[in-house]
Amino acid sequence: MSSVVSISQLAKYYQVSEREGGLKASIASLFNRKYKNVKAVDGITFNIEAGEVVGFLGPNGAGKTTTLKMLSGLLHPTSGSVDVLGYEPRHRSHDYLRQITLVMGNRNQLTWDLPALDSFDLQRAVYGIPMDQFKATRDEFIELLELKDLVTKPVRNLSLGERMKMEIVAALLHRPKVLFLDEPTLGLDVTMQRRIRAFIAEYNKRYNATVLLTSHYMADVEALCKRVIVIHHGRILFDGDLSKLVNQFSSYKTLSLSLQNPDVDLSKYGEVVSKEDGRVTLRVPKAQTSQVTAKLLSELQVDDLTVEDAPVDDVIDQVFSQKEDA
Amino acid sequence: MRRYIDFYLSSMRISILSQIQYRVANYFYMIGMITEPVIYLVVWSTIANQQGGIVGGYTAGTFAAYYIVWTLVRNMNIVFTPFGWEWRIREGNLSMELMRPMHPIHNDIAYFSGWKFVVILLWLPLAVFLTWVFKPTFDITWMEALVFFIAIWGAYLIRTMLLSLLGMITFWTTRVSAIFELYFGFELILSGRLVPMTLMPQWVQNLSNYLPFKWTFFFPIETLVGAMSTQELWAGVGMQVLWITIGASFLSLVWRAAIKQFSAVGG
Repeated sequence: MSSVVSISQLAKYYQVSEREGGLKASIASLFNRKYKNVKAVDGITFNIEAGEVVGFLGPNGAGKTTTLKMLSGLLHPTSGSVDVLGYEPRHRSHDYLRQITLVMGNRNQLTWDLPALDSFDLQRAVYGIPMDQFKATRDEFIELLELKDLVTKPVRNLSLGERMKMEIVAALLHRPKVLFLDEPTLGLDVTMQRRIRAFIAEYNKRYNATVLLTSHYMADVEALCKRVIVIHHGRILFDGDLSKLVNQFSSYKTLSLSLQNPDVDLSKYGEVVSKEDGRVTLRVPKAQTSQVTAKLLSELQVDDLTVEDAPVDDVIDQVFSQKEDA
Repeated sequence: MRRYIDFYLSSMRISILSQIQYRVANYFYMIGMITEPVIYLVVWSTIANQQGGIVGGYTAGTFAAYYIVWTLVRNMNIVFTPFGWEWRIREGNLSMELMRPMHPIHNDIAYFSGWKFVVILLWLPLAVFLTWVFKPTFDITWMEALVFFIAIWGAYLIRTMLLSLLGMITFWTTRVSAIFELYFGFELILSGRLVPMTLMPQWVQNLSNYLPFKWTFFFPIETLVGAMSTQELWAGVGMQVLWITIGASFLSLVWRAAIKQFSAVGG
């Protein structure tokens, strides 16, 4: 496989002015302005192969969006190299822009007062999509996202989730080979999130598109991404399989069990996380999992027991906290 | 080229459809807009009548003609403003436009061109009403009508270039209002918007010959109202082409620096 996205030692530094609050500081800053160097992205390196769907994770301000903007050509890197589909994104060549898309949660490319169909037609003209291909793609996406009854309504009358689906259709009508998705499910309800996830997965399958996705919803990442890149303070903390991340950073496992006598005290076996409808969830140190499981089965009357990895959200928290401590 | 024509037609269509959604609001906007020329018209007609019926070669009838044509030219001169640039950068909409394989200026020109068709349609009854009230004097040849049609689009393009250039300042400083007001002051005096240029002192008229403003107001209006020779008419169009070219060249230069600035600071 060949790399579609290839970045090496990529960095983006900003100089931002800073001052204390208040009038005195404000006047002083007129004569002696102080600047602070912010390392938004600090020398990151990774490659993404054709057809891969990669989760790009990190807390707010970690450098995710800055990286996506450099990859899509909106920002010029301070140093390092970027190559996407053989192009240097910062030149923003039209040929390059025709092969990629950037979907941001707050992106608005639809005309507010008109049905989305009209905006789709404008996208056709912008990208010079042949009419046959345009109609086939548009109808295919409308069917996949179940938008048939919505595309004729003015955009202003659509819900947030419905509008987001339309935005995604508009962003993909030119069938881009590379998708940079920045929080595509932000603010949507669970059903809508699921539908958009399914659509992205289907698009990736049908067109062998390469996807780099940021999301604060781990369900998005778990459903779509085999590989994740974790970034914090502009540096990569982890790059590899999601399962490997869980194994490497998770310090505990979750035991979920149904007991014949649910009132028994389980605190000596591990940390009791929840107790609901006769089902208890225990958090147990990873190294002791088999030992505790055997003990539970031998000492108590267990109807059902499952051992699960820690939720990905918790693992990611663990990654950040470990690195902060270090 | 075919893609650009297709894009222009599609964008103009979207603009027309959007503006039709707000036809009542548009109409009230246009009625509001005729207040300014009607004030000028009443003042100058009164002065003309008090001075024996003529001021600087203009009669009450030709003043009426000047300011009635003014209303259409003013509407044709509405373009994407520096305030719009300020808004599109602040709200992050420019990022979205930069992702398109097309310079954002094309969208601005196409969208506002579409709007003009709605404007012209809405202007017609207003022009009939103003004609009925103020009895303008017109003596229009086919050549003048043809040049007028070209000149109002030339004026639109000159103003698009000028205001886009002003808009570029927002890449360096986010508040452009003060600079825009200064521009507006110059334009009012040097374009023929306030009064026909021939009523201005000679030095102002001389100065205006070297600036783009009069080619956006006075020239298009004079093609219908004045008595220009065929040569003068086409020379005026030539001057418009020159200013469009100068504006586009500067825009291209400034854009390159502006976009580097944008890319450097984000948005």
